[in-house]
Amino acid sequence: MAYSDKVLDHYNNPRNVGNLDKKDPNVGTGLVGAPECGDVMKLQIKVNPETGVIEDAKFKTFGCGSAIASSSLATEMLKGKTVDEALQIKNTLIVNELSLPPVKIHCSVLAEDAIKAAITDYKAKSATPATAQTA
Amino acid sequence: MLKFPIYLDNHATTPMDPRVLEAMMPYFLDSFGNAASRNHSFGWVAEEAVEKARKQLADVIGANSKEIVFTSGATESNNLAIKGVAEMYAQKGNHIITAATEHKAVLDTCKRLEKHGARVTYLPVQTNGLIDLDQLREAITDKTILVSIMYGNNEIGTIQDIPAIGKICKEKGILLHTDATQAVGKVPVNVISDNIDLLSFTAHKMYGPKGVGALYVRRKSPRVQLTAQMDGGGHERGMRSGTLNVPGIVGFGAAAALCQKEMAEESARHAFLRDKLKDKLMAELDETYINGTMEHRLPHNLNISFAYVEGESLLMGINDIAVSSGSACTSATLEPSYVLKALGAGDDLAHSSIRFGIGRFTTEEEVDYTAAKVIDVVRKLRELSPLYDMVKEGIDLSKVEWSAH
Repeated sequence: MAYSDKVLDHYNNPRNVGNLDKKDPNVGTGLVGAPECGDVMKLQIKVNPETGVIEDAKFKTFGCGSAIASSSLATEMLKGKTVDEALQIKNTLIVNELSLPPVKIHCSVLAEDAIKAAITDYKAKSATPATAQTA
Repeated sequence: MLKFPIYLDNHATTPMDPRVLEAMMPYFLDSFGNAASRNHSFGWVAEEAVEKARKQLADVIGANSKEIVFTSGATESNNLAIKGVAEMYAQKGNHIITAATEHKAVLDTCKRLEKHGARVTYLPVQTNGLIDLDQLREAITDKTILVSIMYGNNEIGTIQDIPAIGKICKEKGILLHTDATQAVGKVPVNVISDNIDLLSFTAHKMYGPKGVGALYVRRKSPRVQLTAQMDGGGHERGMRSGTLNVPGIVGFGAAAALCQKEMAEESARHAFLRDKLKDKLMAELDETYINGTMEHRLPHNLNISFAYVEGESLLMGINDIAVSSGSACTSATLEPSYVLKALGAGDDLAHSSIRFGIGRFTTEEEVDYTAAKVIDVVRKLRELSPLYDMVKEGIDLSKVEWSAH
């Protein structure tokens, strides 16, 4: 199977690999996929509570090269966007950017799911007062 | 000097041995005759070459020349054996026993027969890849006409106890077919001592050309009969019509003779290289699992799962080495390997598996390079793996509620 140059680039030089402190109230964590399906993505965002802007994003992915590239690209797209803007990111954007073939579209869907899961987690946390969380 | 890419996919196919090509060459141009032409020297020369090859093939499996039927490959041999027996012995019974880890050429042939009224038992395998002989005995009924169990597995290299299976079949008066595609020429196979009635094999897994295979059909005690699956000129004692592929057959024979001559030395060398690769990988990487038993295994096979790393992404990182993975992403069906699933190891380990196949032209330098490269890429991908992190944190992955998709 031939991979696009962009997939190869993200695979060889993945951006924003790592972990953010999931206990930080400004950090949202999304974990999607399943090991028996062959792909699991963990995507985290750190949001500035004043501006609503995503200041940092990190990922870790178990999956094929296209899944790694999709999540790496997703972290790049997220940085600098507001949470509301980030919710508008569609998987088709990732498909186009990485020139994913039809059999790899599910990788981009998973990346979109990971973005949404991270934002949902952040929103759930920020809706709860920090004091209540420690209780 | 290393030459790239390195070929370690010798279960898929083997490169031609130049000595085999040399043997074949005259039969493309000068000696082009049809082996069935009885009235001129062109035919006689071709026939003589075919009969020499037939003897070479018979010798490598301990058979008689007259018991070799040429086909286009092991897929055709498997089809002819199973369908041919089912049709010929329909009066006697309609039950066939095979195993879950067989090649698709056997499994899908059996599935087709089921549509036509046959009953098929698919024996499970144990975690080591071997079938349970007691389960085989229990599966036999008075309607059983054929047992089809492969000699050596193409993914995990497991060598079934064919002599014991053959003995059980003989006692019960049931025919035994074995798909020995991966085994012939690699390990000693003998149709007499192993009690085999039908055996499929092919040239391109033993350094011969693609497009030529053979089926051994026992002639004595018992005399096995087959219903031909292809109609035509009645070649190959009426069992397989079609003009013989003379150059291919000559190459097949030469390849078999070389394998037989060099087997002891070659299999020891393969096992040494295989074990070196295994030992290096196992020593340097944690959470690494061998699929299938090491005890009853083809000497050139290694199948390893690198947990928490997905197979296709690993292949991408070692793209100067040609190997295969049981990962879903590398299969046409997007399903992980059914052979690994049959071992009961779980889908996640199938997704993380790599099959290495050592061959005649594999060097120690290539194995050393491969080990170092795989270790490097697995480490890099584990840095990227959320699963590896979670396990290191002490999380039991089987207890996590995953969002299956």
